[in-house]
Order: sequence, then structure tokens, then C-alpha cells
Amino acid sequence: MEKVLEIKDLNISFHTYAGEVKAVRGISFDVKKGETLAIVGESGCGKTVTAKAILRLLKTPPAEIKEGSKILFDGENVVEMDKKRLLSYRGEDVAMIFQDPMTSLNPTMTVGKQIMETLQIHKKITKKEAEAEAIKLLKLVNIPNAEERIKQYPHELSGGMRQRVMIAIALSCNPRVLIADEPTTALDVTIQAQIMDLLKELKDKFGTAIILVTHDLGVVANFADRIQVMYAGNIVETGTKEEIFYNSQHPYTWALLNSVPSVDTKSKEELYSLGGTPPDLILPLPGCPFASRCEHAMEICKEIRPEETSLSDTHKVNCWLQHPDAPKVDRVRNLGGGKNE
Amino acid sequence: MSKDNLIEIVNLKKYFQVGRNATLKAVDNVSFNIKKGETLGLVGESGCGKTTCGRTILGIYPATSGQVLFNGKDVHKMNRAEKLEFKKNAQIIFQDPYASLDPRMTIGDIIGEGMDVHLNLSSKERQEKIHDLLKKVGLNPEHGSRFPHELSGGQRQRIGIARALAVEPQFIMCDEPISALDVSIQAQIVNLLIKLQREMGLTYLFISHDLSMVKHISDRVGVMYLGSMAELASNEALYDNPLHPYTKALISAIPVADPSAEETRNRIKLEGEVPSPINPPPGCKFVKRCAYAKDICHKETPKLKEVEKDHFVACHLY
Repeated sequence: MEKVLEIKDLNISFHTYAGEVKAVRGISFDVKKGETLAIVGESGCGKTVTAKAILRLLKTPPAEIKEGSKILFDGENVVEMDKKRLLSYRGEDVAMIFQDPMTSLNPTMTVGKQIMETLQIHKKITKKEAEAEAIKLLKLVNIPNAEERIKQYPHELSGGMRQRVMIAIALSCNPRVLIADEPTTALDVTIQAQIMDLLKELKDKFGTAIILVTHDLGVVANFADRIQVMYAGNIVETGTKEEIFYNSQHPYTWALLNSVPSVDTKSKEELYSLGGTPPDLILPLPGCPFASRCEHAMEICKEIRPEETSLSDTHKVNCWLQHPDAPKVDRVRNLGGGKNE
Repeated sequence: MSKDNLIEIVNLKKYFQVGRNATLKAVDNVSFNIKKGETLGLVGESGCGKTTCGRTILGIYPATSGQVLFNGKDVHKMNRAEKLEFKKNAQIIFQDPYASLDPRMTIGDIIGEGMDVHLNLSSKERQEKIHDLLKKVGLNPEHGSRFPHELSGGQRQRIGIARALAVEPQFIMCDEPISALDVSIQAQIVNLLIKLQREMGLTYLFISHDLSMVKHISDRVGVMYLGSMAELASNEALYDNPLHPYTKALISAIPVADPSAEETRNRIKLEGEVPSPINPPPGCKFVKRCAYAKDICHKETPKLKEVEKDHFVACHLY
């Protein structure tokens, strides 16, 4: 499949009083046309920073995209784009939906105006045409009474509605890639399902590639094609949904999957929980970033960073356990799905 | 009053006046019991009144009408001394561990503040108790001299738990204690809460919108919708055999971390969103989103009735 986005050796640092925080440490991945790639990991693992870097939304300084980092959109390096190109790139090529629909809309403007604003900047159209387009977009994201709704302010809409407006704004210029940063975290379960269904529907309709940044493994299981697990600024494992959920190889992925109560977990039974905390990203990390919390850590893990091992075309893992000389380790506990049913 | 009930809530109402002619019915005629030593889960969408209900039970909000009986005494009619005693026995763990700890107080003082009011301890006893509590919630005694900003979210929530435990309560209301935390940390906190309950015989009211965690920790679960209790049953009965159309939809919408299960299961899709709780129309509150709505549902508010043993539902279908 055609690659829309290619990220090569991306390094991002933040300059703080305490020192240089290396938030993203040399990650490479790509996004193909029409697919959904989920990036999962704990807070502070660099997933949102990666997403924002793709749109060049990080404030520099304090952030710095290190030399040699490449973010290629259709072969064009985003890191080197000038201001004018960035303006059209954001919105027309890649768009973003933010986590919190309550704070990411302007409270002093009607929602119609906010959608029209985007349209008028990117497409040279009249106000009237923009208004008609805005109504069309609101209908597309299943907002009833669109004609009335465009005259309302964000506070008059519920959380789910606001997230729909955000999606409408993001889709207004038909981007090829949509970055959704925790799109449903702030919403209730029943509304969550509605929003995810809407995104799925739009993806199928327009062939937009989606990068889904989330920590909710349930949403990922339903929605993603491929999953990328991040830890302390590194990608530790990547693979298709099935490969990650049923055949994951990295101890950190196991820990993530095991800490969610599954259908089989007995009530009040102790849940698997990962001890320790993620490493301080100011300090250098010579070995595997997960070594200090990993129950299978060996001597080498603390000293040398593991190489990427390919298990299939899509399934890649960075872990010393894959080395032929390493002891054989199985996932501690298996999730119920697939085999037992 | 049955002996095994710690708290009895009878026809509790909490209305807020939000305008000249507008009343927000946050909690509308809710009755249930919390048994000694059990965990009662309370679930529902945001704005359904679960937190308001919990806070009215603790007497933080005055009730509009109805009773909350704690060990047989009405919380809202207590005199000063009784109220002090009640506050010692009923504690709360808040949702946001970042906002609920005073940034200018040390961890030790945060935990010790409640003891100073309720327990008469010498400064040595106080110090020892703070250290014991820190150990109990999985932190080091050294943490006592630190400030909240030096700790991570999971550690702060442990402090919130230690603070609640400090006055030796019988009952703790956990108001979304894990929703601000990461997945791996959530499991730690839930494990800790279960462990403490076993050791100290605590009673919990566990308020959350995370249905799979509520299932994991609770003995019984109540589902709230727009200020009313829609269904109340034991954990197994509610998740395996939900009766109320809203509960059915809610349970079918829980995302499962398993791709093949996600593909095969039937999700009941709910149209629309939760209506406004301000001046709601008569009849069942769920009627606008319900696929089984009949004539009577528009006219009469269904009462919570026992359909099967210990399985209560408020729906005209039963």
C-alpha cells in the first residue's frame, strides 16, 4: 500500500531548566493510505509529542526537533517546510482532533464561524458558500438541525456534539491524514461508541488515514488496523491488531494488556500491575528503557539498546528476549479472547 | 432498619435552583442501601447525578428531601457532636489527585490534618501513625516530608487514600478514584483498595464510569440515569443479565480489549444524547432514547421494583 506519512529517526527534545528532556528518541514508522494506526502507551511516553510534531505544532523553543529527523508527507519533509507551506499543509494534508472538546473550541465564536474560518482560509470561497459547506459538514457528522446549530456557541452543545464539531472542522478540507489525540477520553461510553463509529464511517467514505493516539486498549481493539506501543520515547513493539493482542512479544506490551480486567478475571481477584515508574527522560538511557521495570531483564538489557527484530512483515519488536541465546519466556497471563472461546 | 445495612437512603432528592423557573433535578427520588463491608458500585454517564448523590449521602450537600440513615441516624438531622462523629466515620477519596491535595502542605500534614480534628494523639503517636499509613498504601515513611508536586499521579492518589484512612472510617466514598490515572497505575490503586477493604472491613461506595473496573471491584452495582436509579443488582446479575434497556446498551458499549470479541459481539447503539436534567418531562427519563418505549412510558415515571431476587429495575417492561 501507498505510504502517506513516513517518519524516519525522529528525535525530539525539550529544553528545560533541569536539563534536556529527550521525549522522543529516534523513532521510525510509516502510515499507509486509508489505514488506522494506533499509538498506545502511558502518559509521558511521547505519543502526543509525536503526533504534534507531525503537524509541527510543538512550540520551539522549548521543543526542538533534532537534526536528521525526517517527517515525510508524500516525500516532502515537514521539518523543513516554510511558514506558507505549513499553513496549507495543516488542515489540507494533515488535520488533528484534540483530546478535550471542552477547551479546544473558541468559546466566543459560534461553531458555524469556527468551521467557516477554516474553509475560508484554505479554499477561496465566499461567506455564503462557506456557510452552506459548514451546514453540509455538520450533517456529515450527524448533528441534527445543522442550520440552527451553526448559530450556537460551544457552551450550548454537549461534549459529544462538540467533539463532532471538532471532527467537522478537521475534515473540512479533506485531509489525507487525520490525527486523533485521545478523541474519546473525555466522553461517556455510549457517546464514545457513537464517535468511534463516526470516525470509522468517515474513514471508509474518504479513505483518510487515521493516527489514533490513545491509552484505551478497548478502543484500539475495536478500531485500529495496526498498533504501535511506545515507552519512554521509544517504539517497543509494532504489529497488526491481531499480532499485538494475541502474539505480543514485548514484556511491556504484556503488562499493558494484563492490567485491564478481562472477561475472565474473577471479581476482586488481584489485577496484574506493573511496579515502578517510567524512567526520567532527562537521564541518558543506555540500555532498554523498560529494563528497570521488566521482570525478565537480563544484564545486557541494562547496557545495550536492543535491536529491532522482525517477526513478520508487520510485526517488529525491540527486545533482547528475541535473541537466540536469550531464555524462552512466555507471557505471564493470557487474556481470555480467541483461544478459550 | 436491617442490621447489615450501614447506610440506608430513602427517597433522596437533591434539586438545584438554576434560574427563576428552572429546577435541575440532580438526584430525583433515589432509594437504596449499602451493606456493611460491601462495595456498591454506582455507574452512569456524566451528569447523571452519581457524584451529587454521593455527596448528598455524605452531607456535603443538604438534601432537598428524603433521608440518609447512617447506622440508623439521619445524616441531615444530626447535631454538631453527631456530625463530627459521622465525618470521622465517612470519608471520601476524590477524583483528581492533582487538585485535591493542598500544594503548600507536606504529605505528612495532609494525612495528619484529619487526625488532629478527630483523634487525640500525642505528636509521637501522630508521627508513627502517619508512617504506618504511608507504609499501608505502599509508600515510604520518607514521603511524609515531601510536597504533593514531588509525587506522580498514582502516588498522589495513594496519599488521598491514606488521608481518608487516617481517621479510621467505616465507610469511604470513592469518587472516580482511578479515572485520572494511567492504565497500569489504575490496576495498582484498585488492588490497593481491595486489599485495604479485606484488612480493615471497609465499606465502599465506588463511583465510576469505567464499567469494567466497577464490575471488578463491586459486590452490587447501581446504574443511574438522569438522577434516577435505573437498575440495581448484584454484580453478576447486572452484567450477565441486564434488564433495563439503558443498562443493556451501556454494557454492550464497554470496549473490550480483545479484537475478535469486538468483532463478534452485538452492540446496542443508543441514538441521541442524555437530555437536560432541567425541568424534565413526566414519564420515564430514558423514553426518548429507548427502543422499547410504550405509551405508558411517556406518562408515568416507573418505580424501582424487585423483579428477581435482589435485582431491582425501574422500567415499565417488567
